[in-house]
Amino acid sequence: MNAVEYAKPQSIDDAIRCLTNAPVGARVLAGGTDLLVQLRAGVVRPPLIVDLKGIAELRRIESTADGFRIGAAVAGAELSEHAEFSSQWPGITEAFNLIGSTQIQGRATLGGNLCNGSPAADSVPALIAAGVRCIVVGPSGSREMAVEDVVTAPGKTVLTTGEFISQFLIPARAAHSGDAYLRFIPRTEMDIAVASAGVCLTLNAAGVCTAARVSLGAVAPRALLVAACADALIGSTLDDAAMAKLAAAASAACAPINDKRGTIEFRTKVAGVLARRAVTIAAQRARGN
Amino acid sequence: MAKHHVTTTVNREPVELLCDPSATLLDVLRDELGLIGSKEGCGSGDCGACSVLMDGRLVCACLVLAAEATGHEITTIEGIADGNKLHTLQQQFLEDAALQCGICTPGFIVAAKALLDRNPDPTETEVRFWLAGNLCRCTGYDKIVRAVMNAAAKMREEAVHG
Ligand code: FES
Ligand code: FES
Repeated sequence: MNAVEYAKPQSIDDAIRCLTNAPVGARVLAGGTDLLVQLRAGVVRPPLIVDLKGIAELRRIESTADGFRIGAAVAGAELSEHAEFSSQWPGITEAFNLIGSTQIQGRATLGGNLCNGSPAADSVPALIAAGVRCIVVGPSGSREMAVEDVVTAPGKTVLTTGEFISQFLIPARAAHSGDAYLRFIPRTEMDIAVASAGVCLTLNAAGVCTAARVSLGAVAPRALLVAACADALIGSTLDDAAMAKLAAAASAACAPINDKRGTIEFRTKVAGVLARRAVTIAAQRARGN
Repeated sequence: MAKHHVTTTVNREPVELLCDPSATLLDVLRDELGLIGSKEGCGSGDCGACSVLMDGRLVCACLVLAAEATGHEITTIEGIADGNKLHTLQQQFLEDAALQCGICTPGFIVAAKALLDRNPDPTETEVRFWLAGNLCRCTGYDKIVRAVMNAAAKMREEAVHG
C-alpha cells in the first residue's frame, strides 16, 4: 500500500476542494470494501484518499415528502435496519442483504456499490427498477441524474475529477406497487451475481399493470434498464403471454460475458427466468400494498 | 511519508498513535498495539479472521484504514472476556470443542458476540447466515454453530436468573 495521505473533510465543499486540488489518482473512500482490496493488491496507488464519512449529509437517512434521501456513504446494513425504508422497498433491501458477509454489509455503501462500476453489483438493478436518482456534486456545482446513467462500462462512471455522489433520492413507493430483486449464484450465499433482475411495478384495482421498470444485472457491461421488458408487462394482467414476452425481452437485451461462472447461453436464459420470478414477487407485494 | 495521527478507543482504553496513512486497522492492532488475537487470513475481506467491532458493528479490520478509527470505539477479541473470566461464548467454544487450529476462533467469537448483542435468541439458520463471512478450515462449522446456540441459551438463562 502506497497511498501517501488520508483526508477526512467535514463538508461537501471541503471534499470537492480536496479532490480538485489533489494530485492525479486521488480516490474517494466510503465503505472501503473495494478500495482497500485494490490497495492491497497494488491495483491502485492513490496519492490521496479522501474519506467521505465525515460529511453529515452523506451519512444520513432522511424520510421526506417525496420518499427518502439517503447519503451515499450509508452502509447497506444501516439501510436494511431502517424499518420504514425496508418495509417500503423490500426489493432494494434484499439486494443490499445479498452483498457479501455481515462484515461487508456493515461497511459497503450505496455510493460505493454503484461507483465501483461492477456490472454485477447487486444493489444497482434494484435501485434502477425503483427509479432512484442521485445527486452528483463537484467543482462545477451539483446535478441530478438517474442511477442507470452513472455507470458507462465496467469500473467507469460519468463522474469527472472532483465529483462524487452525495445522496440518493428514492421515491415514495406508489400505491399498489411492489419491488423485488433476484440473482442467480452457484451457491447459497457470499457470491457474485451470474445474472440478476430488479423489478418495480404498479397494478390497478383490476390487476392490470399500469407501470413497470425492469433492470438486469451481470448480463452486459453495465446494469440495464430494459424498456421492452416494461412494455411487455404494462397493460397486461401479468398473464402467461405477458410473462413469456417479458422473459424473451429480457433475454434479448443480454450481451453477457462468457466465463467459468456462466456461459453466454446460460446467463441469457437465466436473465429471463429471474425477470419472470421477480415480477411474480413484486406483483404479490403490489397486491398487498 | 507523513504519519497520520489516530486517536481512538480500543477495548475501552483510549489509544493514540502515529501510523502510515495506508495502514489498515488490522496492521495497527497487531503490529503497533500488540493485539495479535485478530488474525490475518486473507487481507481482503473474505475470511473474517480479523473480525472486530467498530462502535458495536461487526467489520473486517483488514478492510478498515487505521486512520478511520479516529473517534470510534474498537473492540477486539482481547476485549471480550471480563478480566480473567471468559465470556460465555469463549467458555462454550472450549466446552463444545468448537476449535481445532484456532486461527478462525477469535473472528468467530467476535462475530457471534455481535449477533447475540442484537439477537439473543437466533435460529440456527440465522446463526449460519450471520457467520457466513467467517471461514474455518478445520471444524466443518457444525461445532461452531452448536457452541453459539448453546452460549446463546446460557446467556438467556443468565439474563433471567442473573
Ligand atoms: S483477514 Fe480480514 S477478512 Fe480475512
Ligand atoms: S479451527 Fe482451524 S480454521 Fe477454524
